[in-house]
Amino acid sequence: MSAIRPQAVVIGASAGALEALSAILPLLPVSFPIPILVVVHLPPDKRSVMAELFRAKCSLRVEEAEDKQPIEPGTIYFAPPDYHLLVEFDKTVSLSSDEPVLFSRPSIDVLFESAADAYGPSLIAIVLTGANHDGAKGLQAVGAAGGIALIQDPLRAFASAMPEAAIAMCPAAHVMSIAAIGEFLKEV
Amino acid sequence: MTLVPIPEKVEDIEIRLLLEALFLKYHYDFRSYAFASIKRRLKQAREQLGLATFSAMQESLLHDPEMVGQLLRYLTVQVSEMFRDPSYFRAIREKVVPHLRTYPSIKLWVAGCSGGEELYSMVILFREEGLEERTLFYATDINQDALKTAEAGVYPLDRVPLFTENHRKSGGKSSLSDYYQAAYGRVTFDRTLRRNVVFADHSLVTDAVFAEMHLISCRNVLIYFDRNLQDRALGLFKDSLARKGFLGLGAKESLRFSPQSGAFRDFVREEKIYQRQGE
Repeated sequence: MSAIRPQAVVIGASAGALEALSAILPLLPVSFPIPILVVVHLPPDKRSVMAELFRAKCSLRVEEAEDKQPIEPGTIYFAPPDYHLLVEFDKTVSLSSDEPVLFSRPSIDVLFESAADAYGPSLIAIVLTGANHDGAKGLQAVGAAGGIALIQDPLRAFASAMPEAAIAMCPAAHVMSIAAIGEFLKEV
Repeated sequence: MTLVPIPEKVEDIEIRLLLEALFLKYHYDFRSYAFASIKRRLKQAREQLGLATFSAMQESLLHDPEMVGQLLRYLTVQVSEMFRDPSYFRAIREKVVPHLRTYPSIKLWVAGCSGGEELYSMVILFREEGLEERTLFYATDINQDALKTAEAGVYPLDRVPLFTENHRKSGGKSSLSDYYQAAYGRVTFDRTLRRNVVFADHSLVTDAVFAEMHLISCRNVLIYFDRNLQDRALGLFKDSLARKGFLGLGAKESLRFSPQSGAFRDFVREEKIYQRQGE
């Protein structure tokens, strides 16, 4: 889809996230060459279930993102509950407790927009299942910066609103099944 | 001389110039803040103020005295919660307060107090624990408007159920409704809560130590700073704390990567509460 070598993947998911991510992340081999940053909408409980859950399922290293942490290849970073996750130019993580965006903290838009700034065209952004509109604006920013925009097929998503909103705002994005998204990533 | 390769878009150059102008003219120093968050906030300001570019914002900042206040509102104000992360306040109550009790007088500093939610949480907790009368509370921020909001102690009524729930989970010994009056969709916190509070303009970026503290609570402020600035602020906290004094940070902040970490020990690790080591 692009001649430029991707340097990072960002993923946003909401309602139905667990199942959708389980169909992608565990497939990735330990040799997967780039970092993956994930925002999942969760209740603002302090304990992060996601990182623990996926640590057991994935061959890649799985962490809850820490403030100022350098973003390493071959690692999956989950946004901590109740904080926005942003990427800085020097490819480190910033967390913020700015107000929720579209009632969401962490917000997919916030991650995607900052990652689009930091990675430009060498970014893959994926909007998965969800019942709100988060991610659409962020995906548009990724597309505008020349990155690759993928959207889970809303007809086969657990909740279709989020992928539909993303399609409406980014008509040029590739709409794919979960299986196809997984296959696409394996080729990175 | 080696040039650091920073991918500079025109917009990012404009932001750096804007922050330089804000510092040179008004001495507010945001130049060492984490850039991605600052950029996001500035974009929001640009959109809502109806300005086409950050250069236009800089022009306005330099020539229109109204602009600096408006801009600071976007750059600094944070909506927080009373008793945000109830388990933190529970740890203060159950683990820190027993130590503080042994002092005849106590100084507490809420650094970066924003709209005052954390300050009032502390005052209420200290009143419940019978320590309010011998405690002096310092609430500081760089934003005058935020200090005024904190001093007024007025919050939207629709936030109160969350505050109440947090207070209960933190081990609150009274009812939060004992401390406020509700009217016209707002609640006003009891003025007696401010009896022992000093509100002051203070910058963690440019200002110095001003008193010897027994507890400093600074939550979700350091995440907005870059590494160097974090170290400066932590050094300031270290120098401000009495021997065996306590420092409480936000849930996702830590001393772990800081050169100041040697001066502290973990006190309640999971709540990011540290204790100053003796000299």
